[in-house]
Amino acid sequence: MLVQADIDGELDARDAAAIAAHLDGCAECRALQAQLRRIKETTRTEATRFAASDDFRRRMAVLAQSNVTRPAATRRRLQWGGWIGSFGLGAAVAAALMLAIHVPRDGGDAQSVLDGHLRALQSGHAIDVASTDKHTVKPWFDGRLDFTPPVKDLAAAGFPLRGGRIDAVDGRPTAALVYGHGRHAIDLYVWPTVAGDAAARDTARKGYHFVTWVRDGMRFWAVSDLNPAELDEFARDWQAAD
Amino acid sequence: MSVGTVHATPGRAILAQPPPREPGRLMPAPSFDSIALPHLDAAYNLARWLMRDATEAEDVVQDALLRGLRYFSSFAGGDGRAWLLRIVRNVAYDRLAARRGLATLPLDGDGEEGSLADTLRDPGDNPETAVGKMQDRARLDALLAALPVEQREAIVLCDLEEMPYRAIAEIAGVPIGTVMSRLWRARRNLARLAKAGGA
Ligand SMILES: [Zn+2]
Repeated sequence: MLVQADIDGELDARDAAAIAAHLDGCAECRALQAQLRRIKETTRTEATRFAASDDFRRRMAVLAQSNVTRPAATRRRLQWGGWIGSFGLGAAVAAALMLAIHVPRDGGDAQSVLDGHLRALQSGHAIDVASTDKHTVKPWFDGRLDFTPPVKDLAAAGFPLRGGRIDAVDGRPTAALVYGHGRHAIDLYVWPTVAGDAAARDTARKGYHFVTWVRDGMRFWAVSDLNPAELDEFARDWQAAD
Repeated sequence: MSVGTVHATPGRAILAQPPPREPGRLMPAPSFDSIALPHLDAAYNLARWLMRDATEAEDVVQDALLRGLRYFSSFAGGDGRAWLLRIVRNVAYDRLAARRGLATLPLDGDGEEGSLADTLRDPGDNPETAVGKMQDRARLDALLAALPVEQREAIVLCDLEEMPYRAIAEIAGVPIGTVMSRLWRARRNLARLAKAGGA
């Protein structure tokens, strides 16, 4: 593989010189080098390097330049590049903002929720407002989000409230309520949705467990490394609590 | 082009450090587009080769940009192209995992060693022939598309995007040695496929 590293231009001068010296005396490696060169050159010059279409490039430019972090109700794929061409920048910006509108896709939401959960754990900064008092945590979100999440304390059920933070899920700010259960942390993500009430459902991904439900215009995602039975209990207790 | 200069804008130098965790961090740095857009073709090309489908490639790049916007505060300067391509790669693999089970050609995956030289020099075969048969864009594209996805990715990044092993390793999240063996197996497979398909 040194011969390969050489044709890929990865060797420093000293190693390249050593290889060159070896090649001088070794016909087998010389043949190998010639073959590898040929394959690389052919791939480099003959394989297609696909380019983004102008239409797609325009849409992505609008997307990349927008601050797509507003909570909203439904999200669609950007399939309307034609608009952008014909209606100009105003429509383009409007289209980019509509992107923030979110249709819950469970797989993607589970991944986003998990990303946020892990990011918070790894950063050691899982809590922006540390309090076991829901009357402290709930007002903290006022003015920081354009919705107010319901906050409940479940200490009596064995899931004490630890605090909350603002976290991004799929590009939009959400409220993350942090609960404890022994040494485990549970994040309960909350954001507004236009979806109707939906009963709790379980999912799992990469060793983490999730329960999601919709209640009164709010989507909830609980995520934790707790076992599924205990997380279910948390979700049931949470929905039943005042 | 230096990515670092993006952060040198007056008043924005603080962005070179990971910003504090507070609501304000949710607003991506305004320079996200200047990091991401120059590499849109590279992002699309990688997505296109990983997904082997134009529409899915666009979906992957779009999702990657959304993810990138969200995590831009974690981008601490450095190689913006590798940063973006790593996100593209992760989005693409998530989608591929979701539809795993589609048939792939029986080629060497990771974990099997073999000799490129043996493949290239079968007795009685002109050593130039196998590679010579690759001289056709459509055919070469088909051969490349038939490679296992990790090998395809290695070739696309190394030979089409001309990235160094170090950057490829960063994007794929593997050691450099793994990049080298994937390239090795990819090139052996390309030679083998070219030979098998054209004879
Ligand atoms: Zn030798």
